[in-house]
Amino acid sequence: MPRYFSAGFFVAREPILIILYIKNMNHSIKKDIRDPLIPIDYRIESPVRNNSIQANPWVSLNRKLREMFRFIHRTQNIWIPLFTFVLGIALWEAFARLSGLPAFIIPPPSLVAKRFEIALLDGSLLQNTLVTFLEVLLGLLTGTCSAVLVGYTIAKSKGFEHLVSPFLVASQAIPIVAIAPLMIIWFGPGLLSKVLICALIVFFPVLVNTVVGLRNVPHSLDELMRSLHATRRQMLQLLEIPSALPIFLGGLKIGATLSVIGAVVGEFVGSDKGLGFLINIGRGQYDTALVFVAVFTLVFLALSLYGSVLYLERQLLAWQNNH
Amino acid sequence: MVKTHTPPFLSINDLDATFPDGNGGLQVLKSISFSVYPQEFVCVLGPSGSGKSTLLRILAGLLPPTSGEIVFQNHKQPRIGFVFQQANLMPWRTTLQNITLPLELENIPADVARRKAQELIDLIGLNGFESSLPRDLSGGMAQRVALARALAHDPDVLLLDEPFGMLDALTRERMWTELSRIWQVSQKTVIMVTHSISESLFLADRVLVLTARPGRIKLDLPVNFPHPRLEEIRYTKHFGALARELKDSIE
Ligand SMILES: Nc1ncnc2c1ncn2[C@@H]1O[C@H](COP(=O)(O)OP(=O)(O)OP(=O)(O)O)[C@@H](O)[C@H]1O
Ligand SMILES: [Mg+2]
Repeated sequence: MPRYFSAGFFVAREPILIILYIKNMNHSIKKDIRDPLIPIDYRIESPVRNNSIQANPWVSLNRKLREMFRFIHRTQNIWIPLFTFVLGIALWEAFARLSGLPAFIIPPPSLVAKRFEIALLDGSLLQNTLVTFLEVLLGLLTGTCSAVLVGYTIAKSKGFEHLVSPFLVASQAIPIVAIAPLMIIWFGPGLLSKVLICALIVFFPVLVNTVVGLRNVPHSLDELMRSLHATRRQMLQLLEIPSALPIFLGGLKIGATLSVIGAVVGEFVGSDKGLGFLINIGRGQYDTALVFVAVFTLVFLALSLYGSVLYLERQLLAWQNNH
Repeated sequence: MVKTHTPPFLSINDLDATFPDGNGGLQVLKSISFSVYPQEFVCVLGPSGSGKSTLLRILAGLLPPTSGEIVFQNHKQPRIGFVFQQANLMPWRTTLQNITLPLELENIPADVARRKAQELIDLIGLNGFESSLPRDLSGGMAQRVALARALAHDPDVLLLDEPFGMLDALTRERMWTELSRIWQVSQKTVIMVTHSISESLFLADRVLVLTARPGRIKLDLPVNFPHPRLEEIRYTKHFGALARELKDSIE
């Protein structure tokens, strides 16, 4: 759950700041995966304890539920953040009602919920969410693929690294909001420009993590493979990809949330579809409840993407998990 | 069983190895020359830092020598089974998968590879640990897996860098017997680095002793006990004399 919070936190911040986070993330990745905060009683299950658990129907039901929600459970106890969430909503509702501020400044959650229902029923929410989702996904895909290709070349060739790294670092000084208008001018207000903006923002963190991951290949295992006369392809498939994967997936996690930012920035600058567009509409019409609906949907989108990568990580890196 | 009348399996001529460092380079090996004959079992002894591991790396083609040459029989790089000083297993592969690695690299069908690996697991006594990950193995178990992996693809030469360093005395002696048996059956050439005098005398046809850095060959001692060797040879006078000679030469 702390990861979910930090993902939400990322969404709310300037992209450039997040890039500065990458280094710190890299250090914490290994530990993160090894130490997934599994409840202790879930981790140690001797056969003897299993038998006694089976005897008690409540405990065994509890166990089955846990199996079902294993993923959530592994992340952390869900009740505490849920409680905080409900409390926050209640406070917000109370404040909105008691402060006497008009609804276009602070709409109470109940109004937001009603607006959500309307937007859901008239199909506008779903339609715009799908547009943004498609942009985010295609952008993530394009950005990741190109970052992996460039990253691999950089990791393998010092010459190429010297050639491109000044440009790559310099490019990070330009905020994405400055590039977005250019993309719209060149590639129109449609899907393509948004995908490119997402890809651009995803590119750098994935690139950095690909390079760091590939540099992380243990020298001793490299020697082992060479002593067995492994071909380039075998080297990549059996050694480099598995050893680079943990750090690469760390980059992909950051990229997934950044891609959402890219799509919204693109839609702000020029678009007639998507959640960013919906926010613009809401602002223009003093329909602040709609703005909230769109923002929450965006957070949900970012968290689902982040969660998917986390899930992928758990599947692929099972060898690092504590059983 | 050593065929000294045949051309050597490998000959090393005047080999030097120097690692670059700030001031003029660190010379690790100096004018090393020796030959190893087919099916010979050679042990290399020497103080820590004398370049034993470096020598094995050069023989495996992992490191170019600074000068000198290595000539293999038939002038082609042999197929190598290398046991590194650390077990050096892939942490994401199970015991079985680690052992099948060399077979996968040679595109052997998976079921054949599996069967071969299972035989080797029986040999190293790790039944029941087929699907354990390296992090769940003890140092000694991991080292045995590394030995099994080196044997998996039936290599022409075994290069062993203190393969039994992490084993307890009992397991170590069992592994000596096993290695000795494997070597006699498979007729491989073996070059093994060790710190243990009795290990080298129990296994080798010949023991090379290196000096402290830069490593030079100080002694080339033939060990002419017949194979298979039994524990008892350790209590013979001849064994004691050879051990003494090695010890004196190392110090
Ligand atoms: N890649 C390298 N770069 C620089 N120096 C190295 C490298 N590999 C080894 N050395 C140095 O070469 C010397 C010999 O190393 P080597 O590992 O061959 O010794 P060794 O005889 O195997 O020692 P030990 O018995 O402790 O394993 C050491 O001083 C070591 O620091
Ligand atoms: Mg060594």
